[in-house]
Amino acid sequence: MSGFQTNNAVIKWIEYRLPIFSYVNDHLVDYPTPKNLNYWWNFGSLAGVMLVVQIVTGIVLAMHYQPHADLAFASTEHIMRDVNYGWLMRYMHANGGSMFFLAVYIHIFRGIYYGSYKAPREILWWMGIIIFILMMATAFMGYVLPWGQMSFWAATVITNLFSAVPIAGEAIVSWMWGGFSVDNPTLNRFYSLHYLLPFMIFAVVFIHLWALHHRKSNNPLGIDIKGPQDTLPFHPYYTAKDLYGMGVFGVLFAFFLFFAPNYLGHPDNYIPADPLVTPAHIVPEWYFLPFYAILRAIPDKLLGVVAMFASILILFVLPWLDTSKVRSASFRPVYKLLFWAFLVDCIVLGYIGGQPVEGVFIVIGRLATALYFLFFLALPLIGWFEKPKKLPESIAKAVLKEDGGGGGTPEGAAARAEDRG
Amino acid sequence: MRGIAILAAAAALFTAQDAFAAGNAEAPKSVDWAHEGLFGTYDRAAAQRGMQVYREVCSGCHGLNYIAFRNLTEIGLTEDQAKVVAAEYTIVDGPNDEGEMFERPGKLSDYFPAPFENEKAARAANSGAMPPDLSLIVKARPGFENYLYSLLTGYGEPPENVELMEGMFYNPYFPGHQIAMGEPLGEDAVEYADGTKATVDQLARDVTSFLAWAAEPTMEARKRMGVKVMLFLIIFSVLLYAVKRKVWADQH
Ligand code: HEC
Ligand code: HEM
Repeated sequence: MSGFQTNNAVIKWIEYRLPIFSYVNDHLVDYPTPKNLNYWWNFGSLAGVMLVVQIVTGIVLAMHYQPHADLAFASTEHIMRDVNYGWLMRYMHANGGSMFFLAVYIHIFRGIYYGSYKAPREILWWMGIIIFILMMATAFMGYVLPWGQMSFWAATVITNLFSAVPIAGEAIVSWMWGGFSVDNPTLNRFYSLHYLLPFMIFAVVFIHLWALHHRKSNNPLGIDIKGPQDTLPFHPYYTAKDLYGMGVFGVLFAFFLFFAPNYLGHPDNYIPADPLVTPAHIVPEWYFLPFYAILRAIPDKLLGVVAMFASILILFVLPWLDTSKVRSASFRPVYKLLFWAFLVDCIVLGYIGGQPVEGVFIVIGRLATALYFLFFLALPLIGWFEKPKKLPESIAKAVLKEDGGGGGTPEGAAARAEDRG
Repeated sequence: MRGIAILAAAAALFTAQDAFAAGNAEAPKSVDWAHEGLFGTYDRAAAQRGMQVYREVCSGCHGLNYIAFRNLTEIGLTEDQAKVVAAEYTIVDGPNDEGEMFERPGKLSDYFPAPFENEKAARAANSGAMPPDLSLIVKARPGFENYLYSLLTGYGEPPENVELMEGMFYNPYFPGHQIAMGEPLGEDAVEYADGTKATVDQLARDVTSFLAWAAEPTMEARKRMGVKVMLFLIIFSVLLYAVKRKVWADQH
């Protein structure tokens, strides 16, 4: 049911054979989008832009980078000093990783706040988590490539986690290393995978968008689209809004890139990797810190690893842990409170992840880890006893009311019964 | 907005991470550097004096691997002056047509030669400690320029309760307080051509300026581009906001 029309003979010829023009029209121009999306909905497109930035700068870096333990550090400095605008590519790529994670984290919390994971968007949500996991793998392996002290020791610490696997642990670790320690073979395979995974992310992003465009966007009210009066065509409304968001996000990105390019990094990574010297504190990049905190909160190695993976994997079952029929936290007083507590808890975990495991940090770390999982365990209960506020009748009515127009009625608009699996 | 407030609080928390918790080193002194800030550029005169300090004092023990003599024009030497500096070094080149290695004076394309053949030789000459290459030292330590300046000016007598190990010197800015490098700078350690008085403070500032440049010679280009890009993006964002308002006007 494409609204695409043309009189141009060439476009008609192509369109008949490959319906690319109507496809673009249906997904980027006419695509019906809820009219009430707020600025938290900008972060999806921002994440997409950052993925493209990473791929483009990464391909340029790859033209000058040498994936060899003896050359990697020097080739990174060669990029910084001798390659024309190499410093720009390298700092864009290193800070772009951080901005990518920032956008994706906001995007994820947006989804949790507005219940975007609920029916019928569970698969869309899963694809998002898969993207997140692939991103973590990609960024981890990318951080190893400059072959500085933190690169080397982060690789050693993280790969060693797998030695906690019963019986096969040691074998798995030396299989990952391609030897008996992190060394040249490890660097080579990490480089190969670091080049590959972003393109896999790209593919999963397509599935993510496919699912999105099939069931359409959620919105701040969390109620379904009832008809054309609830939506606006994507273009020009959301193209204009997304572009404005990209401008503002670009200012933040440019600030880090040009004026504090090493602020988010670690000084130790300007020391060439040295297997004989262990840094005083081995800390991962900021975007891994909450998970690092959970890992270290548990005194047993295997259980720590299990908890760390569980803290990510539990997101997969979030749609079923949350039993409330209402999506948006705006209408869920108890859930809303819990959401903010959860967000603060994640930030506390991030802080603890950057501190040494000692004294009061241990206590806070364990408490924050317990609260992290408690959030998920409390969800089924809350859905059961929480009394949600009245939902508006439709998006259109709610928008009118906000502008001083009509009113809302009680029934309505939670996740529709037939959507629930 | 609450979300923004929480994000800001989070940013503040991450900033507060205590980088100096390691090895109970004292927090470095804080110095104003000409190259700090949005528009900061390297102080050419200080960097040139600093190069002299590096060449006459530090280069006996520390390399400067990533700096070629051609780079020196970036701190204000003319090409001829850089050639003169290069020619004062002896570079091992070869093999020649007879298959022999030979020595020749340095050229612009050569890099500062390392003071020791290899790490073993460096350690042997320094009671087992390794003097690190200084090309990246300013970026490779928490505290950056301030740390280097503090380290160079921070030597002193150990407090009563501190027992110095054999061949070690007391420096509260160094993690662990005991460093294998003896105080490298002394009053008038070099004689400045421009007549600047070579106090320890001055020498430390100058060599730090030089090494800050060595660690990131592209910083000035970066900031210059940054100012333009930021200005562009801010104006562009304002325009995009106006466009957005206009597009949405019929909806509000
Ligand atoms: C006589 C040899 C010698 C000279 C001359 C010398 N150093 Fe060192 N330097 C060393 C040694 C040895 C170490 C290693 C110290 C250690 O690890 O305990 C060192 C370490 C350093 C460090 C690293 C400290 C850290 O945080 O790890 C810096 C920075 C440094 N020197 C700067 C300089 C500067 C600048 C000069 C010239 C003004 C200089 N050095 C002159 C021998 C020397
Ligand atoms: C999901 C997208 C990507 C992310 C999150 C990412 C992340 C990173 C990170 C964090 C680093 C370390 C930066 C540093 O500290 O210097 C890095 C390095 C690197 N990446 Fe990527 N990257 C991505 C995509 C790519 C792609 C597609 C390529 C190649 C086509 C690539 C090529 C490189 C190279 C060559 C380096 C080493 C040079 C350097 O360290 O600056 N990256 N990446």
